[in-house]
Amino acid sequence: MLKIEGLTKRFGGFTAVNAVSFEVHKGEILGLIGPNGSGKSTIFNMVSGTLAPTGGSIRFAGREIAGQPPHRIINLGIGRTFQIPRPFRRLSLVENVVLAGYYGQGRRSRLKAFEAAERALGLVGLPTDRAASVEGLGAAALKKLELAKALATEPKLLLADESLSGLDEHEMDQAADLLRRICRDLDITIVWVEHIMGHLMRVVDRIIVLDHGEKIAEGQPAAVANDPRVIEVYLGTQAAAMRAVAGTGRA
Amino acid sequence: MTRSLRWLGAAALVGLPFVYTAPYPMHILIIILIWSFAYTSWSIMGRFGLVSLGHGGFMGIGAYVTALAWNYGHVSPWIGAPLGLLAGGLLAVVVAYPCFRFRIIGHYFALVTLALSGIVLQVITATRDYTGGSLGYTPERYKNGSSLYAVQFTGKTTWYLIALGVWAFGLYIWHRVDRGMLRYALEAISEDEDGAAATGVHVTREKLKVTVLSAAMTALAGALYCQYQMFISPDTVSGIAVSLQMVFAVVVGGIYVPLGPTVGAVITIMLAEVLRVSFGTRAVGWDNLVYGILLVIFIIFLPKGILGSLLALRRARRGAAAGE
Ligand SMILES: Nc1ncnc2c1ncn2[C@@H]1O[C@H](COP(=O)(O)OP(=O)(O)OP(=O)(O)O)[C@@H](O)[C@H]1O
Ligand SMILES: [Mg+2]
Repeated sequence: MLKIEGLTKRFGGFTAVNAVSFEVHKGEILGLIGPNGSGKSTIFNMVSGTLAPTGGSIRFAGREIAGQPPHRIINLGIGRTFQIPRPFRRLSLVENVVLAGYYGQGRRSRLKAFEAAERALGLVGLPTDRAASVEGLGAAALKKLELAKALATEPKLLLADESLSGLDEHEMDQAADLLRRICRDLDITIVWVEHIMGHLMRVVDRIIVLDHGEKIAEGQPAAVANDPRVIEVYLGTQAAAMRAVAGTGRA
Repeated sequence: MTRSLRWLGAAALVGLPFVYTAPYPMHILIIILIWSFAYTSWSIMGRFGLVSLGHGGFMGIGAYVTALAWNYGHVSPWIGAPLGLLAGGLLAVVVAYPCFRFRIIGHYFALVTLALSGIVLQVITATRDYTGGSLGYTPERYKNGSSLYAVQFTGKTTWYLIALGVWAFGLYIWHRVDRGMLRYALEAISEDEDGAAATGVHVTREKLKVTVLSAAMTALAGALYCQYQMFISPDTVSGIAVSLQMVFAVVVGGIYVPLGPTVGAVITIMLAEVLRVSFGTRAVGWDNLVYGILLVIFIIFLPKGILGSLLALRRARRGAAAGE
């Protein structure tokens, strides 16, 4: 579905992403992990068009999309959430999502946009009444709003950037389940960037590990968790947790 | 405002010239309506943080194209004015497209458009053989009377009703933009261009849409002004002073509420008239000085403008009352 080859991004002299290649298969949830600054968000930014790659190719459904503007990419069916939520505070909660539903689906119909927004808000568990405001939403709700905006564009591929950081245990479980439901019920392929390994391991089909902008491991959660390079990168602690969870397998 | 109150207001405005016809107040009312329309046109884009200091240029284009087409091409304003709108819209694309494409926003956008005002003024002055330059320009009278074909009318009542209609049309457009998806996109863009693009908004296109709309409406205001006054000059319909006057009036009245620009027009025009009547020629230019001082005061203390602040106050009171 998505095929990335030799993807590279340099900021001045600094290489944030270095010749990364991987594929995303239709119907799967792919986990993308790596320590702070390893280039995960930068990859998302390139796939979604927010940043132009320095080199390499990004093919989506057989079509080269590297360097295309974000509004075109989202209309091809790639939705994304931002690691740091970007709500529009001058719009109401519903309007935020309707905007995405309208402009993210080729400006087809206002009515469809409202319907898509209502569905997306309902799915993530946010209020759908017109008066609801963005002001005063907490971290968890803002992340849900990010997700609702991406879903309202009815994507085929969803790039979810660290949707769990800043949430409590219960909220994390809920969010992980939500992503699984989105994949299974809405038939949306997902690439999930996450810091909190335990929850990610439970849900994903495959994992890719990045370090310093390079791919260092790829494979089944259990195998990746036992990879010595991965253990080294995570200095044991998180990797141990990963192994523990990976042992229980995916439900 | 309740619905019935709105209809009552509309009926009063339409009925007014049939019961009251004193020429001087009528003239002031017509001028207020024309400028209210121009200011409303400006704020169609200005309310989204697209602060243009080039709208004097668009107004001048509308006025001069209409007048020149009539005098030189014997083209009726029914065609001349649309030509002026077209020219205004095209000029907007030529100036704004590169700005939006290369992300020239905020103060820098204002400065680029300020240059546009200056350029239009220069062009009018430089082509003085055709446009009369800074001395001004007069469309030729058609058969010394009223004519629908020439859009020339001697009666103030006719002009009042025309101006009222155009002004109402401006409010209707404001309302349409306010209710449409374009507002969603532009609010989002004004806050976070990258964020808006990531939800699928073609940022350049949506900004261009509202800019062309606003510029064409402003050109229409210029054409209307030209036909009513039968005299135009760079100082009165074009140039930087006119552009600044638009920003000032809208800031005073209220930039985010539909009737804000109208309230701004009433206040600024009354102010200029009072100064003119009470101080005569000694006060030439005073209004600009007073505007300047008031502008600073408003931007600091009443950024929502007079009407905007009043409405916000009323809403707050109601909210408090409902909360009790
Ligand atoms: N626009 C930019 N300009 C310069 N450097 C950047 C830019 N964006 C990212 N970087 C740098 O690129 C590197 C990779 O950043 P990126 O945000 O992709 O990491 P990440 O894997 O998402 O990290 P985190 O887990 O903290 O979110 C970092 O060192 C970051 O400072
Ligand atoms: Mg990141």
